[in-house]
Amino acid sequence: MRSLFSITDLSVEEIQGLIDTANQIIEDPDRFAHVCDRKKLATLFFEPSTRTRLSFEAAMYELGGQVIGFSSASSSSAAKGESVADTAKTISCYADIIAMRHPKEGAPLVAAMNASIPVINAGDGGHNHPTQTLADLLTLYREKGRLDNLTVGFCGDLKFGRTVHSLIAALARYEGIKVVLISPKELQLPSYIKKDVLQKYDIPYTQTTNLEGAMPQLDALYMTRVQRERFFNEEDYLRLKDSYILDPEKMKNAGEDMIVMHPLPRVNEISVAIDNDPRACYFKQVLNGKYMRMALIMMLLGVKA
Amino acid sequence: MIIGSIKNGMVIDHITAGRAMELYDLLGLSNADCEVALIKNAVSGKMGRKDIIKINGDFPVDVNVIAYVDPKATINIIKDGALVEKKALQTPQKLVNVVKCQNPRCITSTEQELDHVFVLTEPENGVYRCIYCEAQAK
Repeated sequence: MRSLFSITDLSVEEIQGLIDTANQIIEDPDRFAHVCDRKKLATLFFEPSTRTRLSFEAAMYELGGQVIGFSSASSSSAAKGESVADTAKTISCYADIIAMRHPKEGAPLVAAMNASIPVINAGDGGHNHPTQTLADLLTLYREKGRLDNLTVGFCGDLKFGRTVHSLIAALARYEGIKVVLISPKELQLPSYIKKDVLQKYDIPYTQTTNLEGAMPQLDALYMTRVQRERFFNEEDYLRLKDSYILDPEKMKNAGEDMIVMHPLPRVNEISVAIDNDPRACYFKQVLNGKYMRMALIMMLLGVKA
Repeated sequence: MIIGSIKNGMVIDHITAGRAMELYDLLGLSNADCEVALIKNAVSGKMGRKDIIKINGDFPVDVNVIAYVDPKATINIIKDGALVEKKALQTPQKLVNVVKCQNPRCITSTEQELDHVFVLTEPENGVYRCIYCEAQAK
């Protein structure tokens, strides 16, 4: 029985298999409409979520399955002090697969160690969020036609952004990847990621604070939110935050086929004025996330169309 | 200072000077009901100074703990007053309840019954990481 905790739990071949399944679902959703008949997904969300929980639920419904679960710790037995292990054992009696979000890092692993059904990590604190990375990878693949030989820019909060760390770890395994890290000095990519991922896989990377200057060379720009609470000094935040608001003026620096991605939610770092730009792909990412979750549920349940 | 030889038990020798107390605690030797001698700063030809722990009796010792705390230490097994085995220490791949995860965001910080498990992720640097949150052992 297989579970998923981190994007690096999946081999490059397995990721390609999920992408292929997702593309087949997109082309012919009816063929997949009953592959999970009589199967139940339990969404155990110990903290709030909009996109991820609804995406998992929509994914299971579109496979013909059903959904049970809770959307906050206060509406579960966790409020009475039940352990993650006991919750996992209990839910194993009701459902066929679990998607779990939990504020504590490693909680989905604890669940998997005690469950008799597959567990998908739907976000464990600031640690891992592998299904967001699957959404990112499908978006890159569908928009660019490949996952190798890409120059990807990451912009904003590269220090604390778990989606950035996971996508870099996933892309590092492909040939010809180049990374451009665009951030204020205070929010640069942690040195352990540079050492453990970029240097380990020999990925060429550059660091800059200049978004406009970096844009012409990019195949994809992955925007993230610069978070006010990360700054000790309000003055620094105010000085830096406007550098990374992507607007139509800055988009003039981008190539015609550079795509813009964002894990969402956005605040003001991408102007709504570019939502209709054909290069804006962040809402496609949301949709792709559902398709990849469908493919993942199928893989972990061992069902085929 | 003279401490007699032991009849049946174990001598943990060549402990880096100053580390014997840490080992004593981690091995749970305060719970031993047999004779235990802890020698600090003994003169050593090779090391200058070293610590030694002698356990005269049948006390279960987790050699992984010794290998983690002080991989250069040596273990001599004594039976009927004679040395019968020298145990070579190998860097353990996994540590269970030897070190505690210090990451306040780790699930082990709230679920008290969980074992604290660390695995060796960088053998060349002796780095262990928590299996739950991947925080480095400190």
